[in-house]
Amino acid sequence: MPKLKVDGIEVEVPAGATVLQACEAAGKEIPRFCYHERLSIAGNCRMCLVEVKPGPPKPQASCALPAADNQEVFTTTPMVKHAREGIMEFLLINHPLDCPICDQGGECDLQDQSVAYGRGQSRFGENKRAVTEKYMGPIVKTIMTRCIQCTRCIRFAEEVAGVEEIGAIYRGENMQITSYLEEAVTSELSGNVVDLCPVGALTSKPYAYEARPWELRRTLTIDVMDAVGTNIRLDSRGRQVLRCVPRINEDVNEEWASDKTRHAVDGLVRRRLDQPFVRVNGKLKPASWDEAFAAIAAVDHGGSVAAVAGDLVDCETMYAAKVLLRGLGSSLLEGRQTGMDYDTSSLAAVNFNTTIAGTEEADAILLVGTNLRWEAPLVNTRIRKAIKRGAKVFAVGPETDLTYNAEWLGADLALLGDLPEAVVKAFANAKKPMVIVGGGALKGGHAASLKLVETLGLIKDGWNGFNVLHMAASRMGGLMLGYAAKGGIADLAEAKLAFFLGADEVDFSRFLGFKVFIGHHGDKGAAAADVVLPGASYAEKSGTWVNLEGRVQRGERAVFPPGDAREDWSILRALSDAMRATLPFDSFAGLREAMYAEVPALREQGLVTFDWNPPALDGTASGVLEGYPIKDFYLTNAICRASPTMQRCSAELVHGETFAEAAE
Amino acid sequence: MLADKDRIFTNVYGFQPWTLQAARARGDWDNTKALLELGNDKIIDVVKASGLRGRGGAGFPTGTKWSFMPKEPKADRPNFLVINADESEPGSCKDREIIRHDPHKLIEGALVAGFAMRARAAYIYIRGEYIREAETLFAAVAEAYEAGLIGKNACGSGYDFDVFVHRGAGAYICGEETAMLESLEGKKGQPRLKPPFPAGAGLYGCPTTVNNVESIAVAPTILRRGADWFASFGNENNRGTKLFQISGHVNKPCVVEEAMSISFRELIETHCGGIRGGWDNLLAVIPGGSSVPLVPAAQIIDAPMDFDGLKAVGSGLGTAAIIVMDKSTDVVRAISRISYFYKHESCGQCTPCREGTGWMWRVMERLRTGDADLSEIDMLQQVTKQVEGHSICALGDAAAWPIQGLIKHFRPELERRIKERAIVHGGDLAPMQEAAE
Repeated sequence: MPKLKVDGIEVEVPAGATVLQACEAAGKEIPRFCYHERLSIAGNCRMCLVEVKPGPPKPQASCALPAADNQEVFTTTPMVKHAREGIMEFLLINHPLDCPICDQGGECDLQDQSVAYGRGQSRFGENKRAVTEKYMGPIVKTIMTRCIQCTRCIRFAEEVAGVEEIGAIYRGENMQITSYLEEAVTSELSGNVVDLCPVGALTSKPYAYEARPWELRRTLTIDVMDAVGTNIRLDSRGRQVLRCVPRINEDVNEEWASDKTRHAVDGLVRRRLDQPFVRVNGKLKPASWDEAFAAIAAVDHGGSVAAVAGDLVDCETMYAAKVLLRGLGSSLLEGRQTGMDYDTSSLAAVNFNTTIAGTEEADAILLVGTNLRWEAPLVNTRIRKAIKRGAKVFAVGPETDLTYNAEWLGADLALLGDLPEAVVKAFANAKKPMVIVGGGALKGGHAASLKLVETLGLIKDGWNGFNVLHMAASRMGGLMLGYAAKGGIADLAEAKLAFFLGADEVDFSRFLGFKVFIGHHGDKGAAAADVVLPGASYAEKSGTWVNLEGRVQRGERAVFPPGDAREDWSILRALSDAMRATLPFDSFAGLREAMYAEVPALREQGLVTFDWNPPALDGTASGVLEGYPIKDFYLTNAICRASPTMQRCSAELVHGETFAEAAE
Repeated sequence: MLADKDRIFTNVYGFQPWTLQAARARGDWDNTKALLELGNDKIIDVVKASGLRGRGGAGFPTGTKWSFMPKEPKADRPNFLVINADESEPGSCKDREIIRHDPHKLIEGALVAGFAMRARAAYIYIRGEYIREAETLFAAVAEAYEAGLIGKNACGSGYDFDVFVHRGAGAYICGEETAMLESLEGKKGQPRLKPPFPAGAGLYGCPTTVNNVESIAVAPTILRRGADWFASFGNENNRGTKLFQISGHVNKPCVVEEAMSISFRELIETHCGGIRGGWDNLLAVIPGGSSVPLVPAAQIIDAPMDFDGLKAVGSGLGTAAIIVMDKSTDVVRAISRISYFYKHESCGQCTPCREGTGWMWRVMERLRTGDADLSEIDMLQQVTKQVEGHSICALGDAAAWPIQGLIKHFRPELERRIKERAIVHGGDLAPMQEAAE
């Protein structure tokens, strides 16, 4: 614990801390461009220079200098001031003066720091350098003349995303950042370089020239594109969400977000259901709410009612539907649309028990039937961190590129009962062993996976290494609310009346009864329904979501649903009147209170603890995994299927279509 | 003048073959086993006592540098010796002569130095443009392996030591020690941040010492002839003999081994046949390779050619690559050309050097023709100060110093050009160019 003085203020910092961190601990702002907490130290922008005694009589880069006992650091001396002015001047001499047309304007580190630390005028009389644009894919727009070569994007791609596809070519003032062979960066996390870029060199392509930061209303909410529950901020203007950026949550997404999280938002204004429809003579016809409700109320269901929750819905919607069904005399609830029927008697046995952040500490990891890179990219980055700390990774399933070296054992689930010697040995030596069972193996492999808890010793003091990786944002909340039938969705097929809450991945041909779709996008579900009721997407309603590790999180409404669409719970409330099974609450707050009373765990935000008492399941696993459940990362739900950006990503990055683009 | 019997590099002109047989005849590889039997620490002590300072330019005491290496290297983190043969400094050409005419001195030195610092292997990083020299070096290393002088049980000493030769690809910056390590590891040659220093974490993260070719090549002779012999040359703190490389406007440019601290006048008179056109025709000298400030004639003539003597006149010994300029030289153009070199060779990693070298060169080019404003001389001086001491490695300093030397000593010349051009172009002093937007 070195003790040092910063501008006369004594601070004590943890061993291994840098002078920059010590300065921050002392409340001093140190300007920087290349330094970033989550990336390795490059020390190349030289903006963070400070004066340090003892040391050479020249300023030192504080980001790279270890803090040591008895150091005296000065951040306000003339030497430091001149150093900052000098660096600022150098950074600006070749930086274009195109702030008025730059998308970074208003949230640009270079702008802010040149105001705070620069000289205010240029002495540079030569011509400025220009750099040709580089193609980095459908997400990242480049204006490389603005680049200040901080190399944050290079380090992010290499260290966090795990794709060594961004680099610098040429040298000196001709140095240019580019993607490998100027091809699209094949990462699900590429959008993060836009946030990392301190200037306007890398900006968001879909968001280009859309808005200025000061025009936007910021709403804090939760992402629903996967089960990670990325904390996001939706920036909206008027009735439209213009962009999505991650918030910092160390336990969940750190400060990253996947490209799907960021860029599916342009799907929120396309293919929307903005009025009710009723099927007349085989065709969906626009109808009023009353007509639609009347059509539903006319169904003679005799208590045979089912509700299927889609992947994106919030707990409140699911709870309202559950109460409605209860009023109609049914409890046929299911959220596992694709037909999974794993045992849910103990939620700990289907939870990500290690927690997302805990994954970093694991020292032996077995992946069972999961393509983490597509199923939960932000869990994958944690595994990369664990590997950096020395973890060994084994995987069962068809080989795929996870961005790190995993030892592929084979695709046969029978391996779970007969793991190779090397795996058993690695787990025997491991202090924090961990198994992640993905959707690919959950069907048929759940029992065998649970047995690994014993055979591999996954449970230790203060450590639970058994994890199930869900892919739907609604899944854990749904399971907590009882959206799981014993036989899976097959149990619901006979229902005379079925409600589909934004469920688009169901095999609708198996449902022969009257189908009501309550959702926001005109996708498979609406096409198959007899009545369509337009609902709200995740951006248009406040709600509670539980992520894959059982973390209760709440999001706020950013914009209003389009047209006649309403928030889902209020649709169900109005419908319940029409069906003469009135819901016992008439406000959102009332709904939440009732829900908390029934499932107290949902009341507090944060991690829910599920007691570990796994069911005794019989059966060994067998069968070869042919593939993973997600066939196309960019098109997993109705919102992203409606998003032109996601369609373009899918076409280019998954299906290899090339989009010739003229250099600008 | 250094007596022939005191020369270390006895074949620097290539009058004899470079081969092992010839090298042995000159005394190389003579009972090297006995040198190793002195023991690691004894060798370092002798080198320390000899007062040998690094010949690559910075002049850090070589023995002290070796003593920083861990005394008990771990099996998974061996010590390495890296020999810097990436001689790219304009004006320097000594390592080239050593490698092409006396490579066995270097290889023997590698073994002795490597043994002293408990290194597992030596990597010789040779400049990419040295094609024939690399061929010679590869052949010489092969000879030494063949003869059992290096490799397993080197020289029968029981010590295993490998020597690898690695060719660079023509980047000046790879002569910077940490950029060299990056390049050896197969990465882009960009200097690393220090600390950690190479002695703590160098090549592949292992403790590493990077030495100049000449520092290594003189080590066996120092051990054979004793620290006192070596220390008998040169002034206090600047001991030994040194290869001087004199180029430019002398009658006979040459590479010559001389005692340190020899005066500039004696060096030129004895070995180079004097200045072209006589001493009165001398304008200025760059005494240590392109990166050190130039010294005007009056100050250099009687200066001792060593680290401290040249520091006293505001310059440095560098690699002892002496560039002599007579009065026919366009000194502004000369420095501008050096400026261009540094702009061209800047790696682009850190801001001051990347942006500053180009700016400085462009202003220099305008000063050359006088197409500038008088105030720009001061501005240029300030820009060099903004670069110097702010970059990751010393290339920023190296780019700044020549210009600082020019402004310090030849400011009237710069002003004259500006004023004359202004008169030619009519009336007022040329206004500053308008900033590009």
